[in-house]
This record gives sequence, C-alpha cells and structure tokens, in this order.
Amino acid sequence: MGNHYYNSEDLKKFGNVGELQKNLADKFFDYYGEVFKDSELTAREKSLIALAVAHAVQCPYCIDAYSSDAFEKGWSEAQMMEAVHVACAIRGGASLVHGVQMMNKVKEITM
Amino acid sequence: MTDNLIIKERNISLKGQHQKLGDATEQLRILQEKEPGKSEHISFEKKLESSGLYPLKPTGIEIFQVNIGKMCNQTCKHCHVDAGPDRQEIMTKETMQLCLDVLTNNPELSTIDITGGAPEMNPYFKWFVEEIKKLDRHIIVRCNLTIILSNKKYNDLPQFYKKNQIEVVCSLPFYTQNRTDRQRGNGVFETSIKALKMLNDEGYGKEGSGLILNLVYNPAGAFLPPSQSALELEYKEALFKEYGISFNNLFTITNLPISRFLDYLIKSGNYEMYMEKLIAAYNPFAAANVMCRNTISVGWNGNLYDCDFNQMLELKINNERNHISNFKLDELNRRNIITGQHCFGCTAGAGSSCGGAVA
Repeated sequence: MGNHYYNSEDLKKFGNVGELQKNLADKFFDYYGEVFKDSELTAREKSLIALAVAHAVQCPYCIDAYSSDAFEKGWSEAQMMEAVHVACAIRGGASLVHGVQMMNKVKEITM
Repeated sequence: MTDNLIIKERNISLKGQHQKLGDATEQLRILQEKEPGKSEHISFEKKLESSGLYPLKPTGIEIFQVNIGKMCNQTCKHCHVDAGPDRQEIMTKETMQLCLDVLTNNPELSTIDITGGAPEMNPYFKWFVEEIKKLDRHIIVRCNLTIILSNKKYNDLPQFYKKNQIEVVCSLPFYTQNRTDRQRGNGVFETSIKALKMLNDEGYGKEGSGLILNLVYNPAGAFLPPSQSALELEYKEALFKEYGISFNNLFTITNLPISRFLDYLIKSGNYEMYMEKLIAAYNPFAAANVMCRNTISVGWNGNLYDCDFNQMLELKINNERNHISNFKLDELNRRNIITGQHCFGCTAGAGSSCGGAVA
C-alpha cells in the first residue's frame, strides 16, 4: 500500500480494475461513457454536476479529473466554486434536516 | 482610433531575453530527450507506424501558408512563434515576389494563408494581399484583432479585408475577459471586442454577406480544447448576448509544446503531465487528417517547412529544394513529412490544425 492510501498516479490505472473482473468493468465503463455524452443535458453541464458530486463524495480522483474537465469545458473558477457550495449545502443540509428527527424524538420522550 | 491598454503590457520575446528556450535546438532537445527519473514516452513515429501512416506523406498540397514576420504588437503566453514587438524577422518584398511567382506557376495552390506575428505589421502586407488577389486565390489572414486598434494606420483594416474579400481568422481564446487576458495580456479582451464590432460593422460574420469571420480558441493552460461544435454554440450565444457580436465558425486549436507554451509548461511543472495527456489522447483518425498533408509553410526568409510549428523549430522540409526560390510542387508532394514529439499536439482528441479540429 505504500505510505499513502491515495496516489494521483493511481487515477491512470482506473481501467485496470477490469483485470480481475472484465465483464463487470466493461459494463461499468460503457455505462460511464454513455452517461457523460451530450444528451438531454450537455456534456458540459454533466461535467459541472460531476464536479459537485465529486466533492460531496470526497473522492480525490474524481476531484482531480473533474476540476480539469470542468475547466476545459469552459466553466469559470467562480462557477466551479459555486458548484462545490451546492454540494456543501446539500451535505450540510442533509445533517441539519435530521435535526427534525432529533426534535421529534425529544418531543416523544418528554412531558 | 487607438487603444493603449495593451501597449502598457508589452513584454519581450524569449529570444529577446536571451533565454535558452528562445533557441529551437534547446526546444527539440527537451522534446526528444528522456528526462532523468521520468518514464520514456512512445515516439510519435511509432504511433504513426501503428496507424499505418509512417512515413507521413502529403495528400496533395493545396494550402500555401506564408509567415510574413515574427513582429507582433502582443506577447501572448502561449505563442508558438515567440512573436513580439522586439522581433525583427520580416519577409522582404523580394521574397514576397518569389511567393507570387510560385503562386502564378502553381494554380493548385488554391488557398493562401497569411500569418505572423501580426502579419499586418509587415510594411508590404497590403501590397502582397492585393497581388495575390489579382491571381484570384482564396486568402486567409490570421489577425490578432488588437492590431486593428493598436495604431491609427491599422484602423482601416476591416475595410481593406472587405475590399479584398479576405477570410479573417481571429484569435479570441475565450468569450470572457478573465481567460483571454490571462493568456494574451491585460486589456486584450476589451480591445478584441471593439475590433470584432468593427468587423461586424463591415458585414463580417453576418449572414448573407459572404464575408467570413472565424474565431480561434486556444486553451488558457495545460489542458486540451473541449468539443469544437459545443464550444462554438457557447461562444455564439455569449458573444451575441453580451456584445451583439456574430461570427461564422470557431476553430479549437491545441497548444503545441514548443516555444513560449513549452516555457510555460516547464515553469508551471505541467510539462510531463501535458505530454502524457497528448500521447494518451492520440487519435489515428486525427493523425490521418493532419494539416501538414495538404499545406506547405513558408518562413519569413523564404525557407520551406511542413507546418508553422516545424518552421518555429527550424525543421526545414526533407528535400533539397527547401527554399521558395527553388519551389517544385510535384517534388514536395512526394516528400516525407518531418515529425517529432510536438506533433502529438495535432493528433490529440479531435485533432488540431490551423482550421481547428480535424476528427
């Protein structure tokens, strides 16, 4: 494993996951390629969504890939940062909205 | 009408600064040599061979590209010519006459592509264009836009282009100020927009006018261009909505790792990553359609090259007749094209040429 769990060089080896299970890897990469094509949403729009999701799931490989991809596709740094804030707001909101459950539970057990 | 915004930003070229990378030999050394501790890249020739394209041969020369000088009013960070206000290499009227003689004798050369530096800064630019026009050829001028407003004497260029029915290809690396100015210098975007409006006022880029105005996108950093067709739509929408500007086509051009862009790649620590990216994105279809197969490039001193990039690397064509004074089209059409690691820039992804993507 070396001294680090993450190594940027490993991103280039993503395709190698097929070495142990080719069939499923092929299906995944075909699907992945299809998802990011221009369709109802443009490839450009999908790139910005991917950047936000990469931050939500905190995947350094995805952040590396989609920071470049979104910038290449013409999004400005300010637009990219707003997308990160969207991810942050949803993540933060997801914690906070559970506060309602806490309130419900406390109500349930108190006089 | 002049615009002084960009004048303040004038810098000098790598050559003017006597930097090592101002020398083509040093650039070739970096491109060809394995850096200590780095993995060796596959050679471009091996890649061509795997696509059945080695040695690379012309498909028939139709485009005669002439670089009439390295002098420019700008000093863009990515410039493969290392052009700038301090560059003195300018094509003489005598060499231009040799070009005209070649064109007269070779009607197959149907498109004349005039480039620089800022080609308009050559004192014989207008004469040269008018003489080519008499030969009834299609003329392309690669204009950096700001030249039109850099000095009163250039303010009539849009009318001159119109009078001679020139196809104008203009650099505008992005439709926002930030990205354009980062690459081309402060104030360039604003001046470029003014110049585009002047061209639009003459009918350039307007439907039905027959006056072609094409824009060129260059990535402002160590990355590849996005899809040309998608970006063209964005450019059209943004420029029309914000500034009322219209144009015909957008050409996406990949930055080749030579000259000032190579300098940027090395200084920013992106060289290795960029080369890997270009090589990984090698597209055999783009390789089959590279521009050097139907273009010949003429340098300011009359030397002949396979393309403007080989010209800047001082790689003269692989033929004894390598000067405009002994031009022989049928021999040129049989020659082997000189290639190198920089050529990966033209074959990556959708490919890249002076006319944009090729695949």
